[in-house]
Amino acid sequence: MPEVVIPIGPHHPALKEPVNFRIIADGEKIVRLELDLSYNHRGVEKAAEQRDFIRVLPLLERVCGICSHSHATAFAKGIEEIMQIGIPPRARYIRTIIAELERMHSHLLWLGVAAHLIGFDTLFMWTWRDREAVQDTLEEMSGNRVHYNINEIGGVRCDLTPSQVNAALARLPLLEERVNTYVDMVNSEETLLIRFRGVGRLSKEEALRYGTVGPTARASGIDYDTRKDDPYLAYSEAPWNVVTDSNGDVFGRTRVRVRELQESLKIVRFCLENLPEGPIRVPAPKNAPKGEILSRYEAPRGELAHFIRTNGTDRVERIDIRTPTLANWTSVAMCLVNRNIADIPVIVAAIDPCLSCTSRITLVDNQTQKAGVIGFDELIRRYRSRNPEEV
Amino acid sequence: MTDPVSGLIYVFIFPGFLFLFIYALFLAFLDRKIAARMQQRVGPPFFQPFADFIKVLGKEVIDPAGVDRVVFDAAPLVALAAVMTAFLYVPVTGNSPLAFQGDLVVVLYLLSLPTLVLFLLGWLSRNIFSAIGGIRAVTQLFIYEVPFFLALLTPALMAGTWSVSEIVLWQQKNLWFVFLQPIGFIVALVGLQAKLERRPFDIPEAETEIVAGPWTELTGRRLAVMDLTIDLSLVVGSALVAALFLGGPLIPWAIAPAWLEGIIGFLLFLIKTLAVLLILSSIKVATGRIRIDQLNDIGWKYIAGASIVQVGIVLVMNYLWVYA
Repeated sequence: MPEVVIPIGPHHPALKEPVNFRIIADGEKIVRLELDLSYNHRGVEKAAEQRDFIRVLPLLERVCGICSHSHATAFAKGIEEIMQIGIPPRARYIRTIIAELERMHSHLLWLGVAAHLIGFDTLFMWTWRDREAVQDTLEEMSGNRVHYNINEIGGVRCDLTPSQVNAALARLPLLEERVNTYVDMVNSEETLLIRFRGVGRLSKEEALRYGTVGPTARASGIDYDTRKDDPYLAYSEAPWNVVTDSNGDVFGRTRVRVRELQESLKIVRFCLENLPEGPIRVPAPKNAPKGEILSRYEAPRGELAHFIRTNGTDRVERIDIRTPTLANWTSVAMCLVNRNIADIPVIVAAIDPCLSCTSRITLVDNQTQKAGVIGFDELIRRYRSRNPEEV
Repeated sequence: MTDPVSGLIYVFIFPGFLFLFIYALFLAFLDRKIAARMQQRVGPPFFQPFADFIKVLGKEVIDPAGVDRVVFDAAPLVALAAVMTAFLYVPVTGNSPLAFQGDLVVVLYLLSLPTLVLFLLGWLSRNIFSAIGGIRAVTQLFIYEVPFFLALLTPALMAGTWSVSEIVLWQQKNLWFVFLQPIGFIVALVGLQAKLERRPFDIPEAETEIVAGPWTELTGRRLAVMDLTIDLSLVVGSALVAALFLGGPLIPWAIAPAWLEGIIGFLLFLIKTLAVLLILSSIKVATGRIRIDQLNDIGWKYIAGASIVQVGIVLVMNYLWVYA
């Protein structure tokens, strides 16, 4: 069979979000992959520069539905550092609880999606059912299932009542039992092993070279977790371990994620049981002093970095969001070569891509090694030069 | 068949096409309901497959650019006709009045046609996903068809006849083939699952990889007819396995009025096909999709191997007992 081009996306049943790549395949084997990122440009960063900090928080939550708390916390953490205010311990613990619950619901969702992509719908249904327990807890605590909006500059928006804490603690045993089941299933279920083992393997050196982060890097044996390496919130106080795996393939990434679920449960239980008394926020000044900060945060998908520059007003002068998915994309393109067409969905899914986070334009020129953001006029000029007949 | 009216009733109403249609939709519902309950979902109401069929039937028919419309329209109908014809030779209440020596081969041949039609549809669609799906369908056909045929022909070998009805009669006198040939029964179930393109063998239509494979460009009545064909194949396939391995609709004792025997036979048919469906649904729920290269390995190494072993065992058994 000659080489064929298979378009995947921007709309495709395997994709929940728009991304566009073209697979060049020889029969069932993939020869190479052409990635076309940023199908959908949303202008979040520009919009964030035009609002004051309070209004930026809900905006940044909408960068991504799954890791909404990650973006808001990374931003709030950065601004608080520039303002040099420390948030009260109770607020730190509440933020940690929400962050870990978010990681749990994200990982459970991922496990279900990965199972669905290999056609194992039973696991998909089960994990999404159990994920509801996490979602219910989040809804009880914050009022929302997805965009919790718990953060404020200087603390959190609402307090946890003792009954909320007890209700959350009451749900943990069930979740622990189910998560242990999933750990067993991932390690022993034949239908998962046959599709995950040896698929999309990244050695430790490759994982480092392509700059992977999060569970993708940890599955290749890289002990890199912002929560341990640069502790924030309550992570230095809670008992937990960085999960790594030596497999480096989709199987390893799955194992890392299910064991991270266990670690998250430990953190949530610790924080709920040791919730300090006291205020939940300190008053924050309206304006931030002039400054620059790189705020790092371990999102469910890996290290999330917010670069924030303030200029003494109540707005940011520049915010640049580097999402974990962007850091992991190159490794996907390398993993796919010489694999089977049937492995595309699961390899792509193994980095847990969050395309809505990633779709912002940064241009790297290969010849001059220059990186920069291109403007709207330039975008239109390039579009016209590429598609002259449509002008 | 002497009486033309009863012949027509047999072909068109019961246990022919009308019954087949209703039972196929019922089995489709049951399949979905069983899967849903195992996955902790509620599942559809009983009329859902029928509602889906009517809905899809009423949808617009879209012709992809450059498609040969006549063949594209005709192909699903060919598949439907083949499967419906195959059902006439499978015993439902008693023995099929249309039975003849060699109808087993005809049934197997007719059951293979839908897969070939799927390949044809994939090739005609002028769509890369359909083409890949069609090629996968045929690749899969070459893998499962050999062990499936061997497994279904072993009862014929032992019974010494090529007629489904006579194989059922042989089992009535002796013993069900599921006890005599357990390996063949398992291979037949696996082959049937692969033939129906159900998990873990839904490789040709893997939605997360190639959209819907050959089904991608099917719309309206073409899609409805093709969906119905697969539902009918489920009935024919499970009825065939029930007849060849589970003794079909006959019981070893004679019962006084003939109509009562017919009713009991029909009930046995229902119970046995439902049992086969339950096994097939459980396989579907318990597995994910395997890759085509993995299927190639598993199919030729183990499934084909097992069926050849079964044939060898049957030949030895024939030599020692049956024809001794």
